[in-house]
Amino acid sequence: MKRWEREGVAEIEDIRLPTKEQLQKGVAIIECIQEIPCNPCVDACPFNAISMENINALPIVDFEKCVGCGKCIEVCPGLAIFVVKAKGEKATVMLPYEFIPLPKEGQMVKAINREGKEICEAVVKKVRKGKTPVVTIELPAEYAMEARHIKVKAEE
Amino acid sequence: MRIEEHPILDFKRGREIYFYYNGKKIKAYEGETIAAALYAAGIKTLSKSLRLHRPRGFFCGIGKCSSCLMKVDGIPNVRTCITMVREGMVVEDNDMELPDKEYEGCELRKKAVDVVVVGGGPAGMNAAIEASKYARTLLIDENPRLGGQLIKQTHKFFGSRRQRAGTRGIEIAKELEREVMERGVEVLLNTSVIGYYKRSHHFLAAADKINRIVYEIEAKKIIFATGAQENMLVFEGNDLPGVYGAGGVQTLMNVYGVKPGNVGLIIGAGNVGLILAYQLLQAGVGVACIVEAMPKIGGYFVHAAKIRRCGIPIYTRHSIKRAYGDGKVEGAIIGELDENWNFVEGSEKDIKCDFICLAVGLTPSIRLIAQTGAEISFINEAGGWVALHNEYMETTKEGIYVAGDLANIEEASTAMIEGKIAGLHAAHSIKPIDDFERKIKEYMEELEIFRQGYFGERPKKAKEKILEGYYEKMGERRSS
Repeated sequence: MKRWEREGVAEIEDIRLPTKEQLQKGVAIIECIQEIPCNPCVDACPFNAISMENINALPIVDFEKCVGCGKCIEVCPGLAIFVVKAKGEKATVMLPYEFIPLPKEGQMVKAINREGKEICEAVVKKVRKGKTPVVTIELPAEYAMEARHIKVKAEE
Repeated sequence: MRIEEHPILDFKRGREIYFYYNGKKIKAYEGETIAAALYAAGIKTLSKSLRLHRPRGFFCGIGKCSSCLMKVDGIPNVRTCITMVREGMVVEDNDMELPDKEYEGCELRKKAVDVVVVGGGPAGMNAAIEASKYARTLLIDENPRLGGQLIKQTHKFFGSRRQRAGTRGIEIAKELEREVMERGVEVLLNTSVIGYYKRSHHFLAAADKINRIVYEIEAKKIIFATGAQENMLVFEGNDLPGVYGAGGVQTLMNVYGVKPGNVGLIIGAGNVGLILAYQLLQAGVGVACIVEAMPKIGGYFVHAAKIRRCGIPIYTRHSIKRAYGDGKVEGAIIGELDENWNFVEGSEKDIKCDFICLAVGLTPSIRLIAQTGAEISFINEAGGWVALHNEYMETTKEGIYVAGDLANIEEASTAMIEGKIAGLHAAHSIKPIDDFERKIKEYMEELEIFRQGYFGERPKKAKEKILEGYYEKMGERRSS
C-alpha cells in the first residue's frame, strides 16, 4: 500500500515532474495520482497541454506546450494543480486558496507542505480572485516542490 | 454560532423575526428552519427519547431521522429540521399527543398528470426536466426548496463538462431549478407524499403542510427519487446531542450559516467525511481528526490531500470507542483496530471535541417505493435494501421508476444521468418519442464511462446485481 492511500500525503515519486529547463519557464504540476472520473482540466487548458486517455485516466501535462498560465488551477475540483517556476535561488508557486481572509500582495505568509507543516516564510506576489482564488507565493527554490498551501495571519 | 463571513458562500438572511421556545422569546431569520434557529440560539437538545427520556439533538438534518420532532403551534411530531420558522411561532417539547389536529379542516385537491416525480434532488430534477419535454410533469418535494442535497455542496463537482464538472454543487442546484421552472414543470414544495395506491392508474396521496392541502394525484408513471439517509454507528454515547450525521452538519453550516460547534471529530474517511472536514475549516470551525476503520482512505486522494495540507490528521484503522459528556458531546475516545476489528489495548486517545460527525455511509430511503409493491432486495454494494430495476430505471411494477441514491448509493453526477434515463423512458412509454433509441443510448454510455474507473467498481457491481435480480423476477429481457 502506498503512503498516499493510507495518509493522504503524496511523495515526490508519486508525481510526474518536469525537467529543470521546463521548470524554469514555469509549468503546471498536477498532483492527481489516483484514477477518478474527472476531466475539467483538459477542457480548461487554452494550449491543449493537458491530455487524458479517458475520463478515468490520469491527466498528463505536456510540459513543452504548458506556459504556466494556471487556468487549470481554478477549475480543478480536487484543488490538485499548482504552477511551479524555479529559476536560480527563487521559486514561485501558484496555488488554490479557498479560505478567508485572502492574503494581500506583498504580505508575508507561512508556506505549508503536503502534511500541513510550516516549512518556510514566503511572500505573496499575486492574488487572482475568481471561482477559486489563486495565490502566487515566492520562496527559496529548494521548497518549490514542497510548498502546497499557505497559512495567512488574520491581521497584518 | 452564526457564520458571518465565508470564502464561498454569501448568507443572505431574511427579515429578523421572533418565535417562542418553551415560552422563551428567540430571535431568528425568515427563511431558516426551526432547528437551525434553535441551534443558533445555543439550544441543542430538541427532543427526548421515548422510554428513557435521554436528550436528543438533530441527526440527519434533512427530515428523515425523527430525532428533531417537536410540537409546533400545537401540532406534535413536527420535523423541525425541515420546517421554516415563522413570526410568533410557538415551539415546545413534544408531548407525544396523537396528531389529531394536523389535517383537520384541510382542503382536498385532485390532480391528474402524465408523470409524477417524487423528490427534487439531482436525480428528481433531471427526471422532471427530461420528462417535461414530452409529457405533463409534476415534481413534488417536501422541502421548502428544490435541490436536494446539492444545496449544501460547496465543492466543485467531478466528472466531465456534460455533468457540469468544475461547477459547485450549489450552482448546479440553481441551474437545474431554473431549468425546471423554464420548462414549465409543475412543482409542489413543502409537500410530503404520504402514500401510494393503485386503481386503474397509479395514485399518490400528498400533503402540503403550509397551505393545509391534501392532494390525490393520479399519474401514468411515477419516478421515485427520494434519496438516502445517513447511517448510524453503534458506540457508547452515540445518542448524545452533538453526534450528527455528516450531511446534517453540512445543511446547518452551508445552507443556514450556523456553526455546529467549535471543534469536531469526523468518523469515516470516505468522500463525505473528507469534504465535510474541508467545509468545516472553510467555515472557521476546527477539526480534531478523521478516523477511518478501513486500512485505506475510502474517498478521493485529492480530497484527503486538501485537508492534510491544512494539518488535519487522518487515522486509518481507527474507530470511535465512546462519546462522553453531560447532556452534550464534550469529547470522545478513539482507538486503533487490530485485524479482527477489536480495539488494540492501550491505543486509546482522548479527543477533545464538542461535536462528532458520522460519515459512515448512506442507506436508500425506500419507505415510499416499498409501498408500491415493487420488488425490494438487499444488495450490500448498493447500500442496503433497494428496488430492483432494469436499465431504464423501471422497477418490477410497470410505470414505477427509481433514480439516484434511492436506486444505489452513488454520486450526484450519476444520479443526474439516471434521472434523465428514467424521465425519458417514462415519457416514451406513454407516447413513443422519435429519437428515443439514440437519446437513451447516449445517456447509458455516459453512465458506463463514469463507472469505468476504480471508484466505479462498487456501483457497477451493485447495478449488475440489481439487473440480475430484476430479470430473474421478470423473466426474459423485455424489449423496450
